[in-house]
Amino acid sequence: MTWSEMQPLLTQGTVDTLYMVLWSALVTVAGGLPLGVLLVLTDKGGLLQNTVVNKVIGVIVNIGRSLPFIILLIALIPFTTWVVGTFIGPTAMIVPLAVGAIPFFARLVETAIREVDHGLVEAVQSMGGSIPTIVRKVLLPQALPSIVSGVTTTLIVLIGYSAMAGAVGGEGLGSQAITNGFQRFDNRFMLVTVALLVVIVTVIQVIGDIAVRLLARRGRTAS
Amino acid sequence: MITTTGLTKVYQSRDREVTALDGVDLHVREGEVYGVIGQSGAGKSSLIRCVNLLERPTSGTVTVAGQDLTALAGRGRRASAELRRARTRIGMVFQHFNLLDSRTVLDNVELPLEILDFSGQERTRKAKELLDLVGLSDKAKAYPGQLSGGQKQRVGIARALAGDPQVLLSDEATSALDPETTRSILQLLRDLNQQLGLTVLLITHEMDVVKTICDSAALMQRGRIVESGTVGELLATPGSELAHELFPVGGTASGPDRTVVDVTFQGESASQPVISQLSRTYNIDISILGAAMDTVGGKQIGRMRIELPGRFEENVVPIGFLREQGLQAEVVEDETGPKAGTGTEAPAVVVPEQTPAALTKEVVK
Repeated sequence: MTWSEMQPLLTQGTVDTLYMVLWSALVTVAGGLPLGVLLVLTDKGGLLQNTVVNKVIGVIVNIGRSLPFIILLIALIPFTTWVVGTFIGPTAMIVPLAVGAIPFFARLVETAIREVDHGLVEAVQSMGGSIPTIVRKVLLPQALPSIVSGVTTTLIVLIGYSAMAGAVGGEGLGSQAITNGFQRFDNRFMLVTVALLVVIVTVIQVIGDIAVRLLARRGRTAS
Repeated sequence: MITTTGLTKVYQSRDREVTALDGVDLHVREGEVYGVIGQSGAGKSSLIRCVNLLERPTSGTVTVAGQDLTALAGRGRRASAELRRARTRIGMVFQHFNLLDSRTVLDNVELPLEILDFSGQERTRKAKELLDLVGLSDKAKAYPGQLSGGQKQRVGIARALAGDPQVLLSDEATSALDPETTRSILQLLRDLNQQLGLTVLLITHEMDVVKTICDSAALMQRGRIVESGTVGELLATPGSELAHELFPVGGTASGPDRTVVDVTFQGESASQPVISQLSRTYNIDISILGAAMDTVGGKQIGRMRIELPGRFEENVVPIGFLREQGLQAEVVEDETGPKAGTGTEAPAVVVPEQTPAALTKEVVK
């Protein structure tokens, strides 16, 4: 394959990958953030201590995390079809990607929130703050740098997952690498796709790191 | 202003129970600075946390400004809306400041006002006023990470005052600060107490804190209050451990035929030349073994350990003279000395200072 033949395929692949990854990341954050917060709040000694809820969420999250993504992908086909109407194409892939990443992200959020100094929670309680106030004004803002770093990690995991999605009818760079690189034995195409994935991952990591550093620097300059 | 009755707190851990509070009756009057002192593990921290119900007492009641908080608490672990409303009128400052480092100083002080649903402009105006009050108006835009410990605590105090509280709880507010900063923070608390009529309940393990700003004090040991009262009352109580700690006087008798007396001065009597009067009136030589003088709550207070020649029996009259002058005079028993018998002859005067019984003595009000 020549460069001019490759270019439209690669461009389309990149667009599809980013489309899948970014949308599923959005769904993951929307779903994983509350789950992570609930895991902390309902834990023993938490503000909303509730052993049953905590155990149920914990078990679901653990099952989600222990399934290999490729299995989850196939197992979710009926669910995906029910939600999107098809299980093929980038839009359909958002469903299994998000379902796979939510438990992962929820655990990262849980860890980030556990690191928040309990004294701050007490301070807001002593001001008469309610639990939603504590979550909104203390737990989330204080854990923000760690959560953003968790989002970066999740985005990168999603890129990995999205490449796998290529095997089950998703589009994107992974699918391109399989059909054009692997099945047609085009090593050059394969290498270019891999390089492109590396570049995307690096860019995301760098942006994430800068964001974390900017957030963490608030208030910690000179002391 | 703050009253607790029969407050107990028992912590359950797997197979045993730890009693942190064992029936605490505390009474803090309106407008006073009340210090609870004790070693770590004595239950001070549990006590102050029970006052605004950050900790739920196992039994007993807490009344703040006439409101029974334990009744408001409800049964669940979550604070009811009424309890949260009551908490907005109780300020609290912490040992480790507990400021949000992701917010500026101004935004930290605005936080309680956000909870109280003040409008944006109102919040900023009020927060600036409060920062001015604690002398930090120039640091409004700084982050807590850029402040010194003393400045952070000032922010903590400004934040605690945002809801116009009648009561301020101070949980070891100066324990993480150096002596000089401690003094300036205590001075600030004193000023606020006087300017705003704020009632302050503080817990500390530093006797100096009590000495510097407290009107009243209580000593906690093993979850109980073993002594309490105004500083004056405590000093006037024979054998009071707090009085002894506040004004430690040392020195032992120089011979067997000597009487050692601890004299406590306060208010008027502190300025009278009693010792020289005593000496002239009874023509006796008095040696001073130890002395401590200080100003507590604006009053001159001191203790002095003096030695009179002769046994106790020979000194009944001079000691009576000291008492007539309005002084507190306690005869100090020499534990190993032969004078043990005098205790039975004059039980009103003799207080064996180091016996365990004296440690648990409640002040008679």
